[in-house]
Amino acid sequence: MGSLETERKIVGWAATDSTGHLAPYTYSLRDTGPEDVDIKVISCGVCHTDIHQIKKDLGMSHYPMVPGHEVVGEVVEVGSDVTKFNVGDVVGVGVIVGCKNCHPCKSEIEQYCNKKIWSYSDVYTDGKPTQGGFAASMVVDQKFVVKIPDGMAAEQVAPLLCAGVTVYSPLKHFGLMESGLRGGILGLGGVGHMGVKIAKAMGHVTVISSSDKKREEAMEHLGADEYLVSSDVESMQKAADQLDYIIDTVPVVHPLEPYLSLLKLDGKLILMGVINAPLQFVSPMVMLGRKSITGSFIGSMKETEEMLEFCKEKGLASMIEVIKMDYINTAFERLEKNDVRYRFVVDVAGSKLIP
Amino acid sequence: MGSLETERTTTGWAARDPSGVLSPYTYTLRNTGPEDVFIKVIYCGICHTDLHQAKNDLGMSNYPMVPGHEVVGEVLEVGSQVTKFRVGEIVGVGCIVGCCRNCRPCNTDNEQYCNKKIWSYNDVYTDGKPTQGGFAASMVADQKFVVKIPDGMAAEQVAPLLCAGVTVYSPLKHFGLMESGLRGGILGLGGVGHMGVKIAKAMGHHVTVISSSDKKKVEALEHLGADDYVVSSDAESMQKIADSLDYIIDTVPVFHPLEPYLSLLKLDGKLILTGVINTPLQFVTPMVMLGRKVITGSFIGSMKETEEMLDFCKERDLNSMIEVVKMDYINTAMERLEKNDVRYRFVVDVAGSKLE
Repeated sequence: MGSLETERKIVGWAATDSTGHLAPYTYSLRDTGPEDVDIKVISCGVCHTDIHQIKKDLGMSHYPMVPGHEVVGEVVEVGSDVTKFNVGDVVGVGVIVGCKNCHPCKSEIEQYCNKKIWSYSDVYTDGKPTQGGFAASMVVDQKFVVKIPDGMAAEQVAPLLCAGVTVYSPLKHFGLMESGLRGGILGLGGVGHMGVKIAKAMGHVTVISSSDKKREEAMEHLGADEYLVSSDVESMQKAADQLDYIIDTVPVVHPLEPYLSLLKLDGKLILMGVINAPLQFVSPMVMLGRKSITGSFIGSMKETEEMLEFCKEKGLASMIEVIKMDYINTAFERLEKNDVRYRFVVDVAGSKLIP
Repeated sequence: MGSLETERTTTGWAARDPSGVLSPYTYTLRNTGPEDVFIKVIYCGICHTDLHQAKNDLGMSNYPMVPGHEVVGEVLEVGSQVTKFRVGEIVGVGCIVGCCRNCRPCNTDNEQYCNKKIWSYNDVYTDGKPTQGGFAASMVADQKFVVKIPDGMAAEQVAPLLCAGVTVYSPLKHFGLMESGLRGGILGLGGVGHMGVKIAKAMGHHVTVISSSDKKKVEALEHLGADDYVVSSDAESMQKIADSLDYIIDTVPVFHPLEPYLSLLKLDGKLILTGVINTPLQFVTPMVMLGRKVITGSFIGSMKETEEMLDFCKERDLNSMIEVVKMDYINTAMERLEKNDVRYRFVVDVAGSKLE
């Protein structure tokens, strides 16, 4: 794919090693191909997985790495075969930017494709590294770009592109969207807080947390119906056998049995956290209630569109703290300590990317 | 519930302590209540869980304990409200003999998941007496938990279906895995495993047996009808079938890694655990997230599913593969079962044994 044309250069903030420290980095973007959309980044959310990736926690990091996969931007150019988007549209890009030739893709579950290409720290079909949304712009295949419905604020939509669809997809897939269900949300971070909002919009929701600290906020600001502290044996006992599902967003090792106990017959514990150390359970805990331990990973483009419409219709907005790009390293430190209500979003367009 | 009437006694073989050794034990059976069926035991299968219970592996054993929950017998007497059964009929009793009838599981034909279910042995009945199982001359069971054995099915071969058979049938039904053309895996080839192969094959599935050794390969492929046989320690063969199975029925009754088997599942594939194992099993979350795979479990089946399963087996002429033994062989049988030395279920010829 060599060419004597000068490819355009842009600036993003990249990690260059596993310290995970981000700093300005200039690199080239491919020219806008027939299926491509060239996007000027407006906002980009900060996800816990960004930390895992920059610090090589998952053992698969390529440097220099510009993270960021909750990207909202404005279309500046479209390729000749692009029909879904026009210049000036506000669009979103999430965790995946390619590819599309196996069974999952054709069935609209492309996020489970074995050959998927990640929006950063991966290699594109042209052999070049993919770079994410903490950057001035991105070029993305139209299949992996989603239109943001009118009337949704860009910075609030950004977290929906990962955290939002991460909750929506399993609720849809496992048939958990009907009203009258009792859901549990374990952990109250970026995914957890969207879990409370989305689950509440569908029915009844209990927040389960390791501490009492977020009780007021969960009940009064996020709309939770109940709040359980997992170490409070008596309350946990009272709540046994009550929940149809639990969305487990905890990103570190934790026992599963206290939560399996909260599930009804056929209840589902849906794991979201990327945890590299083993979790445990004894088989009677799943057998004697036909309970399921399962997991889910983001959502398809189709589900992302549905989820955005759902959030727009129900007036669901993420709770965010907007920052400039030069705050990103501090933001990562605070995120590691869970010190954010509930997602950082970088105002990329409003930041000086080169200090 | 006291009465000056002499209650009838029966003799069974009971474990007295966690050594698990069984020996003759005489005890009383309740009188036949209005909903009760009094059954003379003909045959009773031996399940690995009987071993766990007799040896207090699950920490909940009360002695003396007469195990046995794959019971086939003949009706000797029915209570005044019993309409489904008549004297002389051949019937079966499984793992459960009581439930609350009031909870959601009970009201949705999922009574095996009732939190107040009463086990057919090693439990306490509503009259305060211990329940005792089928390694005995007779049993009294509530009609709800008795199933008619379809005509034409050999009693000794039906016995294992009452636990092992329904243990496979129930999750295949519940999880929507009965349509033909699916690719199933059966992990472990014991009592439940061998019925798994037969039932899955009868449903039109491509069946792969996964085993820890090569020893049962010929038998699996030629006698049980499996389509494929993979040894779990053979990395290359396991790799070849990665991402190919819709479900795996995991019958292994001891601790084992899960990841090699999760790898074999397709997107949305289900690993269905049926082994009662008290040591924790493990997995890393990416293994279930990046393929939306499900680790789940199932426990026997409902009475309704038991009836369906018996009809299914009768219709397709599915028999269990058994070794019939007399009651005085039972301790040896339990020892051999612990070493997995049986093709594939021991069944005690109770009626043909001297119990004293």
